[in-house]
Amino acid sequence: MRDNMSLVGNEEKFQSKVDAEEKVEPKDWMPEKYRQNLIRQISQHAHSEVIGEQPEGNWISRAPTLERKAILMAKVQDEAGHGLYLYAAAETLGITRDELIDRLHTGASKYASIFNYPSLTWADIGAIGWLVDSAAIVNQVSLQNTSYGPYARAMVKICKEESFHQRQGYNIMMTLMQGAELQRDMAQDALNRWWWPSLMMFGPHDAESAHSAQSMKWKIKRRSNDELRQQFVDQAVQQAQAIGLVVPDTDLVWNEQRGHYDFGAIDWEEFQRVVSGNGPCNRQRLAHHVSAHKEGAWVREAMAAYESKRRAVPAEVA
Amino acid sequence: MSDQLQLYEVFIRSSRGLDHKHVGSLHADDAHQALEYARDVYTRRGEGISIWVVASRDITASQESDCDSFYDPLDDKPYRHAAMYELPEGIDSL
Repeated sequence: MRDNMSLVGNEEKFQSKVDAEEKVEPKDWMPEKYRQNLIRQISQHAHSEVIGEQPEGNWISRAPTLERKAILMAKVQDEAGHGLYLYAAAETLGITRDELIDRLHTGASKYASIFNYPSLTWADIGAIGWLVDSAAIVNQVSLQNTSYGPYARAMVKICKEESFHQRQGYNIMMTLMQGAELQRDMAQDALNRWWWPSLMMFGPHDAESAHSAQSMKWKIKRRSNDELRQQFVDQAVQQAQAIGLVVPDTDLVWNEQRGHYDFGAIDWEEFQRVVSGNGPCNRQRLAHHVSAHKEGAWVREAMAAYESKRRAVPAEVA
Repeated sequence: MSDQLQLYEVFIRSSRGLDHKHVGSLHADDAHQALEYARDVYTRRGEGISIWVVASRDITASQESDCDSFYDPLDDKPYRHAAMYELPEGIDSL
């Protein structure tokens, strides 16, 4: 009974700390569900950074110029680094890297389902950088104020580094739109295929979002799925128009009263299909990660063997 | 100063949500003592809410004299900066 009382007291204290906009740090007491909720969200975010390297990596060897190739490599390298920041933040919650990777491989942990779509043409690299990274940044900017200190600090670093990602993507689209008809068609086709999945990145509508209410109360999430999605649409529509692209939504219209664009209905059945494992590339993405992890085992073993050998040799000799 | 005393580096988090920042160093017999000394020396005016002490000898540091070769491959990649990409007129939210 006394334990129960102190638990209630702890939770109240925790909530008032969060309400007062104080950050939670790793060694603080926190409700077990807060910890689990954060592990779920941060690891999903980390996995997304890493799995997201696959559709882009697909075009490194076929980038149209050496400069584009160097840029794309720099971007993919950044994504790997962002995965690392986020895994490290998740680990401050008392979970190991091995467990996190294992959860990805068994499907217990998810990643952004947009990466289950294929990158079919070079224009897709433009669309991914422009739309997918823009959507991610809209979300991440709001997460700079998340209640968990290590996650918030990782977001600050990531947002700073990502500013070039969306611009390089937009620059690819802009360049294609200044080219021949075939190139303009390729850019439009990429927008047609990536637009709706990008809107889905923000997750279900607020009323249907499973984790939203509690996450908002704990200030893990700072703005709702629909708010963030609206901001993304307002920005992206303008950007598309500026370079002559047409957003593939016949219901899209400026709403003077709201001061926002109204947009068409999202196909949530498609969203559910892809989230539950049946998008165009789900199996391929996961299989590739599993095999890369397995094929890298000898490197990890060699490093461990080298380290134990080094430790065994007396310092004077080494 | 006694030979046995070790050098410790002190890091302080000034408020929740911020990183621990290096503020200086001190000598102590062990980590626990270093923590108390750090409290007395570096937080007399409420400068922090969390202190880290790390034995200086446990820190592996890069050498500034090696800067040129250590960082060399990073200096010729202007495309890592957003400023390299020009935007069309009227677009400023990227």
